Amino acid sequence: MLACIRIFYIKMKYIGKRLLQLIPILIGITFLSFAMMRIAGSDAVEEMYNVRESAVSEQVIEAKRAELGLDRPFLVQYGSWLIGILHGDMGKSYISGRDVFMTFLSKLRATLLLSVLSLGLTVLISIPLGILAAVRQGRLTDKVLRGLSFLGNAMPGFFTAMVVMEIFGLKLNLLPVISTGVNLKSAILPALTLAISMSAKYLRQVRAAVLEELNKDYIKGLKSRGISDRIILWKNVMRSASLTIITLLALSIGSLLGGTAIIESIFMWDGVGKLAIDAINMRDYPIILAYVMWMAIIFVVVNLVTDIIYHFMDPRIRLGEGEDS
Amino acid sequence: MTKKSKKSAVKTRLIVFGCLTILLILLAIFGQFFLPYDPYKQNLSNTKAMPSPAHILGTDRFGRDMFSRVILGARTSILSTLLLVLIIMTVGTAIGLLAAWYGKWVDSLLMRISDLFLAFPGLVFALALAAVLGGGIMNAVIALSFTGWPKYARLARSGALAQKKALYLDAARLSGDSTGKMIFRHILPNIVGPIIVTAILDIGTMLMEIAGLSFLGLGARPPILEWGSMMSESRNLLITAPWVTLSPGLAIVITVAVFNLFGDALRDRLDPSGR
Repeated sequence: MLACIRIFYIKMKYIGKRLLQLIPILIGITFLSFAMMRIAGSDAVEEMYNVRESAVSEQVIEAKRAELGLDRPFLVQYGSWLIGILHGDMGKSYISGRDVFMTFLSKLRATLLLSVLSLGLTVLISIPLGILAAVRQGRLTDKVLRGLSFLGNAMPGFFTAMVVMEIFGLKLNLLPVISTGVNLKSAILPALTLAISMSAKYLRQVRAAVLEELNKDYIKGLKSRGISDRIILWKNVMRSASLTIITLLALSIGSLLGGTAIIESIFMWDGVGKLAIDAINMRDYPIILAYVMWMAIIFVVVNLVTDIIYHFMDPRIRLGEGEDS
Repeated sequence: MTKKSKKSAVKTRLIVFGCLTILLILLAIFGQFFLPYDPYKQNLSNTKAMPSPAHILGTDRFGRDMFSRVILGARTSILSTLLLVLIIMTVGTAIGLLAAWYGKWVDSLLMRISDLFLAFPGLVFALALAAVLGGGIMNAVIALSFTGWPKYARLARSGALAQKKALYLDAARLSGDSTGKMIFRHILPNIVGPIIVTAILDIGTMLMEIAGLSFLGLGARPPILEWGSMMSESRNLLITAPWVTLSPGLAIVITVAVFNLFGDALRDRLDPSGR
């Protein structure tokens, strides 16, 4: 009992330590972004009046700058933003004037839907096909699947998107090509596009993981004891191969939650990736910083979760290993 | 398959895809002198023509020959990618070697910096930087350089750390070799293999990232022809003239495939057990 509590305590301490690493990363990354935007030369006010294409006097521009605090020195701007964050205030968008946190949260819903859907599709496509290719190693099925995966790997996302649009949206006229809002029907084509790219990558890795397991000596032992191939495959091989598969999925959740900027903007899907691009184009600093922080949090948390999953699936892998690589 | 025939199969693949790779690079450099049509010349009486023997890839909305445009696009797309990969490979390897050689705080500092850049998703960072620097293909290359190098730094560092423990290096040190000689004559040749393979396999990815930035309007801009921006420019022709939109994309797919096949063959040749 006491030992249990001790182990639990050690694990919590470890997780806490990992989460603490977030702080320097967040400060580093936001400072870097702030500095970069500062060098940009143009700011939100300039972009705003450029878009409206109206002749605005210098005075109006200066007044707006003063209102947003853009006329203050760089370090003061960063400092006041940081103090705001510590109070739980992420500021307001320079362009829309809305609360950054709420804006971000509302776009996150769309990205979340797209992520879940495309991840589901990826699992449904890549895992069965990867296992199939491994079991049929060297035969026609394997060769065709590997060829397809190779092709998929060579296609940039926006090209896949165009092809998917051309086939399902325009030729077959089945689904909306441009999103009609955050709904399931509009999500299918972007999700399919993402799933095709990811499946191409993961099919290979699932195949390799399954093959590696299949070639181990203990499998020969099981076979010689007359255990059926099916039971070996599902009970033994999949159990070990799932480690690889889970890691892959965890990593792709990370990149999906960041919003896939290109795909979201092609399909006009109103998620965080598109929000980030729009914000970058308009120099909407508070939104950009919120996005950057979100990405850093995802990165740290995904890495931590992957390590924890590893530990639970195979307790020989200690938590904290490879921490200082 | 016997071991010997497998080995010769790898060699055949290496030669075939190596030649194709060289062909692509030559096309990128010299293709502009062998264009069937002027890629910028408009012909308003023959717009959006379907692919035909006269115009293999058809014509765009101004009647410009798509084949000539795609070939000229290779110049920007392929050469800028090669430049990018060269930059990140050199810088990354140098930083990794420094970290491994000097160890201690130099090592931790350099590795923390590389962590910081790894924490950023490549394209987003490049997007922000490209927005800061403004559009243009060179700025896209610079932006992607910032996110591309950590991979090579880690590779070079771990390779160099393994070499640093080797006995032959002690021998070199005892015989009075300088630091520079030990790094460049002894360590580097021993770790350069995997780095080159990674770089060649990276070409495809980087080409797609440059094209992606250009697609978003943050890389090459018209009238400079680049495959990603060409696709973006003709997006709304997908319904009426899909060949205009899709042929630059097809060029990307073929190029990436050739470089990947070459990289795979090279990896199998250098490290036959690595599959």
